[in-house]
Amino acid sequence: MQHTYSHQVGGRTWHFRNLADLMAKATPARSGDRLAGVMAESAEERVVAQMRLAELPLKAFLSEALIPYETDEVTRLILDDHDATAFLAIAHLTVGDFRNWLLSDHATPEVLEALRPGLTPEMVAAVSKLMRNQDLILVARKCREQTAFRNTIGLPGHLSTRLQPNHPTDDMAGIAASILDGLLYGSGDAVIGINPATDNVAQATKLMRLMDEVIRKYDIPTQSCVLTHVTNTLEAIEQGAPVDLVFQSIGGTEATNSSFGFNLATLQEAQDAALSLKRGTVGQNVMYFETGQGSSLSADAHHGLDQQTCEARAYAVARRFNPLLVNTVVGFIGPEYLFDGKEIIRAGLEDHFCGKLLGVPMGCDICYTNHAEADQNDMDNLLTLLGVAGCTFIMGIPGSDDIMLNYQTTSFHDALYARRALDLKPAPEFAAWLERMNIFEDGARYEPSAELPPAFKNSLKGLSGEARHD
Amino acid sequence: MTDHHKGLVTTNVWRSLRRYTDARIGLGRAGISLPTSELLEFQLAHARARDAVHFPLAVGQLIEDLSHLDSKAIASEPLCLHSQAADRLTYLQRPDLGRRLSPSAQDAVLEAQDSEQSAPDLALVVVDGLSSSAVQTNVTPFLERFLADFEQERQSWRLAPLTIVQQGRVAIGDEIGALLRARMVVVLIGERPGLSAPDSLGIYLTFGPKAGLSDAHRNCISNVRPAGLRFEDASQRLLYLIREADRLKLSGVELKDRTEEVVIENKLANNNFLTN
Repeated sequence: MQHTYSHQVGGRTWHFRNLADLMAKATPARSGDRLAGVMAESAEERVVAQMRLAELPLKAFLSEALIPYETDEVTRLILDDHDATAFLAIAHLTVGDFRNWLLSDHATPEVLEALRPGLTPEMVAAVSKLMRNQDLILVARKCREQTAFRNTIGLPGHLSTRLQPNHPTDDMAGIAASILDGLLYGSGDAVIGINPATDNVAQATKLMRLMDEVIRKYDIPTQSCVLTHVTNTLEAIEQGAPVDLVFQSIGGTEATNSSFGFNLATLQEAQDAALSLKRGTVGQNVMYFETGQGSSLSADAHHGLDQQTCEARAYAVARRFNPLLVNTVVGFIGPEYLFDGKEIIRAGLEDHFCGKLLGVPMGCDICYTNHAEADQNDMDNLLTLLGVAGCTFIMGIPGSDDIMLNYQTTSFHDALYARRALDLKPAPEFAAWLERMNIFEDGARYEPSAELPPAFKNSLKGLSGEARHD
Repeated sequence: MTDHHKGLVTTNVWRSLRRYTDARIGLGRAGISLPTSELLEFQLAHARARDAVHFPLAVGQLIEDLSHLDSKAIASEPLCLHSQAADRLTYLQRPDLGRRLSPSAQDAVLEAQDSEQSAPDLALVVVDGLSSSAVQTNVTPFLERFLADFEQERQSWRLAPLTIVQQGRVAIGDEIGALLRARMVVVLIGERPGLSAPDSLGIYLTFGPKAGLSDAHRNCISNVRPAGLRFEDASQRLLYLIREADRLKLSGVELKDRTEEVVIENKLANNNFLTN
């Protein structure tokens, strides 16, 4: 059921076409919503829309679907899975009340966890639009989401890292060099995850075997993943490849996911296949998803919704499959969606908040491209803010420079900065391994050993005799 | 070298592994942070990439450079065009405007087209894209090589007048190709600059160009620059694509670039020193 919304401020009455329009106009400004033509036309209209949205009962989201139930399987997933009993705790609230409630001491970590099945992405997106950055941080900090495969991810006071050893031609020695660099800087407890330069089953399998051999030889309590299409991973599993995690980029509308070449049934099939391998030792969260504001608009599949609401809906897709890891790739998509550091930082905090409130193990690829109005200082700011917010994991790449994907993300050094500045520990099993291997001399100071750890000396022996470049 | 007091920086012995990768491994550390010299190296690379995005293409200089080429393709003065994106800030936020010619540019192309006798076989379109330095430094030497190769193989083919577009995206080539009634269009465009490569040129081929085609209708050759895909190799690959497009009467996903597969096979060799 669609109806119009209006709000009176002073002598003027403002009109909004429908709930999607109200949501879009209430969204803090960003270039992607301008590109889509759904943004508020003035700063005043934006705040009026926020005022009207604040008055909206949360219940409204259960009766007015932003994308029709009949034509979108993500809407069906959201509404069919909604738990009316869990929702009772907040069923009497408006969106504005919901913000107050989230910030209050009623909303303890336990209460927030019990509430999750009663929340829809649209409710979460709506309240985020009324929140300042500090609100997004404070509430996300209260959300606990723990997952496990070969280690335990998401404990309070912990921050994990994905070691991302990409190489522009998938050169095995080049990838191994970046893996070694990362491990010796203490990176890789979330996953060792490669974006393949060549996206096919044979190549993915080769990379899976490489990482599997490294993990087994050094007995590393972590997991590997090749970020190839879900159907490639399914085929690799059928061929007997050592698959720890299944990866897929996901979006918040059925049409976005179709453009990515999969549907919910594909993900179910992939999850079942990965579970059947029983490769996890301390847990069985076998999925890894990436998201990012703007992907639905980019696929011309946004149905007139703002990009942040589309993004929040992607987390409903994610949580259905109990992922080990989910991260927003916040600044990768470019300045036509998130123009500058301010917009990227805001989006990173929104995505983390929405994911955590919905019960997703949310990390962030804190990143930018060279045509965005952003730089390393913006990334430092977002890293620090997300560290305070309790972000589950970040990326780790040599010197922030991804030479395959041509963008900048957080470095191994950046993770050590966050650990020291905010006292954030790696996953406990991985932290113990770092100490056992003499990679960290003093785990409490997060300082890598000045000496090459003994276990790696042999591997490098055959390579010695080279002059050092520095 | 900015780090004079070596005792303040912990170096990494595995830095020698850089012979396997351009990744910034073995940077060493000051405390747990980047040493000053590495910090500044990074900042320099980022500054160059930023400049490549924001410096306007020096069109006059490019025309001057091209005028020295010995090719009938450059016989007449290139046509200088502009997209509907008025400036760089608009361009960065509105890719849709960068895909369309401004009204005056449309008129200019139609005028050039009217004077032609028969429809050209190929139109070459130079577009600034996201890196003016890629276009400024690589277009002339690439065309020198390609036009020599091309004119040897396709002596009877007619070339449309060369066009140079400012504030353009890849797809603008399709509109230009259509207005020129060209059978196929080749776009030479500055790619989004990476830290290690601020000057990568991208080459796109469309058979039967018309406004509104998607990426699925184009073939792409990426990373064309002296330190990436060399001009002579890029020229051969483009000739291959033109040959195949001419034979199949199409371009894009249904035209497989088989020249690439050989390269990838070689890279599958396992030389993982961590486990070997």
